[in-house]
Amino acid sequence: MTEEELKQIKPTVTVDARGTYCPGPLMELIKEVRQQPVGSVIELISGDAGSAKDVPEWINKVKQEFLGVIPEDGYWRIFSKKVKDM
Amino acid sequence: MSKRVVIVGGGVGGTIIANLLAKKMRPELKKGELVIDVISDKAEHFYQPGLLYMLFGMKYYEELVRNEIDLLDPMVALHLHPAIKIDKDKNEVHLKNGVIIKYDILVLATGSRPAPEMIPGLKEGGNWFYEVEACRKLRHELMTFKGGKIVLTIGLPHKCPVAPLEVSYMMDEWFRQRGLRDKVDYTYTYPIGRLHGLESVAHFAAKTFPKHGINTETLYNMKEVDPNKKTVTSLEGVTLKYDLLITIPPHKGAQVIEDSGLGQNGFVPTDKFTLKMEGSTNIYVVGDTTNLPISKAGSTAHFESDIIVENIASELRNGLTPFRYDGKVFCFIETGLSKATYIMFDYNNPPNPVTPSALIHWFKLTYNKVYWLTPMGIL
Repeated sequence: MTEEELKQIKPTVTVDARGTYCPGPLMELIKEVRQQPVGSVIELISGDAGSAKDVPEWINKVKQEFLGVIPEDGYWRIFSKKVKDM
Repeated sequence: MSKRVVIVGGGVGGTIIANLLAKKMRPELKKGELVIDVISDKAEHFYQPGLLYMLFGMKYYEELVRNEIDLLDPMVALHLHPAIKIDKDKNEVHLKNGVIIKYDILVLATGSRPAPEMIPGLKEGGNWFYEVEACRKLRHELMTFKGGKIVLTIGLPHKCPVAPLEVSYMMDEWFRQRGLRDKVDYTYTYPIGRLHGLESVAHFAAKTFPKHGINTETLYNMKEVDPNKKTVTSLEGVTLKYDLLITIPPHKGAQVIEDSGLGQNGFVPTDKFTLKMEGSTNIYVVGDTTNLPISKAGSTAHFESDIIVENIASELRNGLTPFRYDGKVFCFIETGLSKATYIMFDYNNPPNPVTPSALIHWFKLTYNKVYWLTPMGIL
């Protein structure tokens, strides 16, 4: 999705993981993707540049849908969609 | 008219808050202007970090438990009945025995618990040490283990995020001491692409695991366990065979939180700085009960408690709540049976483990004995 399209999304849940080192952004995302119902859009806000790479890697591996990233000033808004049960 | 502060939960967070508040607000308590209640479903207060030592026969249950009433300030009222409903609109807590307690300020300190039932087959096929009976069972399995494949799997969320590392290091040394290490094939799995959520701790593990002979499998999130075939399969499509499956199960919060509509899976949406429940002005949340993406650990609850107590006291005396939690967490990390390191971090400063030493290990063993001063509000 384009950045403009991503900005229009109303996420089902937003996880703000900025400034939290443990358990860390990806584990927070994994927890949310597991517990939210199919169809949910999950926004992860991370201050870790690595999340923009880690998240799509994991989302693709478990065959969910990665929607995209909006880079902000010092943090990243990362959007994923749960498209099937897991 | 007296004010009433009600704390639901008698774990480390709830007990510290009750005791510190009772000390700070002594004049008001003596004059009858303030009442502090603790509601707990357990008469006993158990030191959960002790389970790691109990697993290897280094501690007994009897050394890790005290009566909650003995830890509480005498001016705090203890109600040993489970809370079954919290009505935030009416400011009421409903107990199982039918009693309804009204509050002016509520503290939710209901904690979290392992929920192996969330993964198909895990309850039947897995062993864990985060609860007393389960720990005893796993201890028996370890004591009678003659060799084979041990797999460690980790669910999300879970409390004490360094325990998976600690149990791995300790098990390695324990099997070496018993002369069985060469018969044990040990695999540590982890949910993300490195060996721990904290980057510096992950590096530390990556550097030290090889010399401990610990195999690793990352990006591993349990999907299901087949207790008959003795296999565990991940969401990422990897199946591992095991002879003994050790797991840190995914955790859930308290049922009363879910039943009262206060938070999904029993975890309450919480402001990371004020520690108030989102949308509420008179409900605080402490420790594992929050939905904050920070470590679920006793030290987290401890440091949060200091802030909550200051704000409650300040609010009762002058109507202001200026104190803010900075995300501080402190954890010891056992790196075997004779050495340990530690980490300390907050919202702005990432941790960095120091070189493991016997001194830090002894410090941890000492803390295991003096822990009781923490819930009493002394240490």
